[in-house]
Amino acid sequence: MKLTINGDVKEIKDGIVLSELLVIEDVEQPDMVSVQLNDEFLTKDTYATTTLKEGDEINFLYFMGGGA
Amino acid sequence: MRDFSDEELERYSRHIILQDVGIEGQEKIANSKVLVIGAGGLGSPVALYLAAAGVGEIGIVDGDVVDLSNLQRQVIHTTVDVNVPKVLSAKAKMEAINPNVKVTVYQKFLDASNILDIVKGYDFVIDGTDNFSSKFLINDACVLANVPYSHGGILRFGGQTMTIKPNESACYACVFDSPPPANAIPTCSSAGILGAVAGMLGTIQAAEALKYIVGVGEPLYNRLLTFDAKSMNFRNVNFKKNPKCRVCGGEGIKEIRDYEAVVCEAKL
Repeated sequence: MKLTINGDVKEIKDGIVLSELLVIEDVEQPDMVSVQLNDEFLTKDTYATTTLKEGDEINFLYFMGGGA
Repeated sequence: MRDFSDEELERYSRHIILQDVGIEGQEKIANSKVLVIGAGGLGSPVALYLAAAGVGEIGIVDGDVVDLSNLQRQVIHTTVDVNVPKVLSAKAKMEAINPNVKVTVYQKFLDASNILDIVKGYDFVIDGTDNFSSKFLINDACVLANVPYSHGGILRFGGQTMTIKPNESACYACVFDSPPPANAIPTCSSAGILGAVAGMLGTIQAAEALKYIVGVGEPLYNRLLTFDAKSMNFRNVNFKKNPKCRVCGGEGIKEIRDYEAVVCEAKL
């Protein structure tokens, strides 16, 4: 299935859940990102049960704490 | 109305000839009060550009002194300023650029006991802090005090920023909810930051503040601008205010409290 991940269309195997996509996309620390699926932010407790489907748009927004 | 002197008309002439600013816009800038929290990598360019732009009153907050390792990016400070309080070093440069600007210094770090009183007196706030407890505290205070602000974050070659109009656009917590656990997130001191990236993000924040004051263009409401200076790709990610947001949602927060101070020196 085709997913749009951070603006790039990628071919990803069918039927995976979000927590599997985090592994595929090398998001080593899920605590480091806020995940947006089709304009909605997901809570971490739903990652393992959220099944992705063709055309889904996913954004990984990384925490950036620097400034000084 | 405010009568600009000949010196001011000349100084601000490149703003005044801008169709979207004009003399009215420059008056709005001169009558505005902006608080810059942090006189570091982000706060340096923000404070310099806001002073140069003629923002009437600029508050600057920082409890630190200048360190030699700051000078690679904190361009408001110079080599002779090492060990000088950052707010005093910053104030001197801002007044040197533009003596028409009133600079108020807060030589302290903000916490739940003092932030609301300080933020309330300003029209716009810049988050130029370097840790999540401060970033979330600023968000909470600006939402409670209903003061718009610019969030900024930088790391290595990357930056992110969004502008928040409390109770109208999404707040920082709508997107990131709450601070990450200690040790999860690298920071500039442990992971590094390309100095120029701080300048890139800080000047975006300064532009957002000036846009808001003048009332021109589309602020970064309901979107996070992220960039990666390695690829030089810029992206906007759009979202909406979260009705269930911990801070600005239906229940929302009613009072200010400190977040656990974590992360400043987190290791990868």
